Amino acid sequence: MTAMRNWNSQAEDKAARLTRAAPWSRGKHVLAEDTVALLEAILRPGDRVCLEGNNQKQADFLARSLAALDPEKIHDLHMVQSVLALPEHLDIFERGIASRLDFSFSGPQSLRLASLLAEGRITIGAIHTYLELFGRYFVDLTPRVSLVCAQYCDAAGNLYTGPNTEDTPTIVEATAFKRGIVIAQVNQQLETLPRVDIPADWVDFVIVSPAPHFIEPLFTRDPAQISEIQVLMAMMAIKGIYADYEVNRLNHGIGFDTAAIELLLPTFAAELGLKGKICRHWALNPHPALIPAIEAGFVDSVHSFGSELGMENYIRARPDIFFTGPDGGMRSNRALCQAAGHYACDMFIGSTLQIDLAGNSSTATLGRIAGFGGAPNMGADARGRRHASPAWLKAGREARAGRNLIPRGQKLVVQMVETFREHMQPAFVERLDAWELAESAGMELPPVMIYGEDVSHILTEEGIANLLLCRTDEEREQAIRGVAGYTAVGLGRDRLMVENLRDRGIIRRPEDLGIDKRMATRDLLAARSVKDLVRASGGLYDPPKRFRNW
Amino acid sequence: METLRFTYSGGLPVGNQAAATLVGVVGSGNLEILVERQSLAGACEVEVITAAIGFGTIWQSVLDDFFARHGLADIRISINDVGATPAVVSLRLDQAIASFLAGPQ
Repeated sequence: MTAMRNWNSQAEDKAARLTRAAPWSRGKHVLAEDTVALLEAILRPGDRVCLEGNNQKQADFLARSLAALDPEKIHDLHMVQSVLALPEHLDIFERGIASRLDFSFSGPQSLRLASLLAEGRITIGAIHTYLELFGRYFVDLTPRVSLVCAQYCDAAGNLYTGPNTEDTPTIVEATAFKRGIVIAQVNQQLETLPRVDIPADWVDFVIVSPAPHFIEPLFTRDPAQISEIQVLMAMMAIKGIYADYEVNRLNHGIGFDTAAIELLLPTFAAELGLKGKICRHWALNPHPALIPAIEAGFVDSVHSFGSELGMENYIRARPDIFFTGPDGGMRSNRALCQAAGHYACDMFIGSTLQIDLAGNSSTATLGRIAGFGGAPNMGADARGRRHASPAWLKAGREARAGRNLIPRGQKLVVQMVETFREHMQPAFVERLDAWELAESAGMELPPVMIYGEDVSHILTEEGIANLLLCRTDEEREQAIRGVAGYTAVGLGRDRLMVENLRDRGIIRRPEDLGIDKRMATRDLLAARSVKDLVRASGGLYDPPKRFRNW
Repeated sequence: METLRFTYSGGLPVGNQAAATLVGVVGSGNLEILVERQSLAGACEVEVITAAIGFGTIWQSVLDDFFARHGLADIRISINDVGATPAVVSLRLDQAIASFLAGPQ
């Protein structure tokens, strides 16, 4: 006789936790001052916990509350969260409340994370991309308790997550449908929500936080800081890649290089007759720098990972372009936009810190564990993609010409870098710092952001290297050296071979593209300041204070 | 600060219309370039005063390429550099020569 297995232990465990929490709640509502007590009633040592930390929106009140728990009672939590952004995200490890971490990105806390790892106070399971980590929420890293962030709740516990919905639906779905516990901090309780983003029966507790949650305006680039070299590179990108491949569905990185491209669409690209022919559909946060292109009629649609502070009213006034709800406000969704960027876009273009001789690129530097975020999913050929488009087919043809291979397309993955970054740090290196970081942090692999095999083009102020057309490792190396400028890698080029690559169109200089370098001035930018962006939006864009100098 | 000097020969003389030309600004990441005609027995002399120390070989390469592009004789070029990247230096040099050769507007 074997004992009957209990098939419902998770629900029973949840019920027991909710019973323990009952003294601290009235229905689903908990007072802010009771949050620490609530968490101590619900959590158990070793629990897997998702604390919502996105790259923009932060469940900051719940993070502070978690960091205030008594480590005698609650310890060894296993944190599964996409972004480590706040000091509290690491305080919980320093205080011994948590000990294990699976995450995607730690930009602002990367230095401290590396030192906690070196001190042995934190064990990292793995560093993921966003989609990878979200995938694992539904496989082997399902949260037992999730601490999430919403703008408003109503009496029933429905949540409005609004423009910065970001990761919330994914986290809540993984938790609620596996009988975990969902606790939400909200800025305010309303009688009627503008719309319901998360239904109340997926939410166990709501807490009105003492102050509104923090949101970082991560995607605002002041056009005043765009340099002439960036204008030159943007001209090359538009003429040598966007126009050549008819790129209509794309994702841009976060930097000034790609902001320059956005600001050249209504001017340089329009003069080339490219309106309606390129850049129509975007997987992109609502970049303020895209306003002039939208106003000029370049853009048909934009789906977003998150939102951007100050863009709310502009988005409301352009519902044909953005994904908005019946309330008129935007809804973002990081998981779905990552899927869109991976499968439905023909091009990713972005910057990086280091590129090696095989085209591998990395943002890792010694002493910092920054993670990956979404770039590896944007900047990788989608091996599962099956639908065709002109850009995808052309890239595939170029990569396969002369080889006995079945036809298939390929994603354009463009790395756009100035050969030297600030303080004369070379962007091209023989060996990525990622190797040293991997050794010092005991990682199984060097943390590569985008693998060379996925990179189709490298664009610098010296020209464009088309890696799709390279047929040998040696050609590839010389194509990279051939655009690496005066870095040691660039100076180490075989000049004859580089000239041969140029004759074959594998390397193209500005003059080969019919671009006069002297035309590369800031006058080409459709907006030269944040104020210009406000003007272009008809006064609808309301930039955060730090971007206002008037 | 570091002062670097380079001399090139074998360039071609410039027309009479060329007048002393100043481009760029002395600001972080930027530079100022003065181009003047001077009797230097056919030489092109470049003097660089730079805030970034230890980049002499990169300046040499940038200026070698510049001279290969333009190859001018009896020219003095004075550069005040505040940490401009080679990309900015090359662009400014080309701009300076273009307006120098165009003469007074």
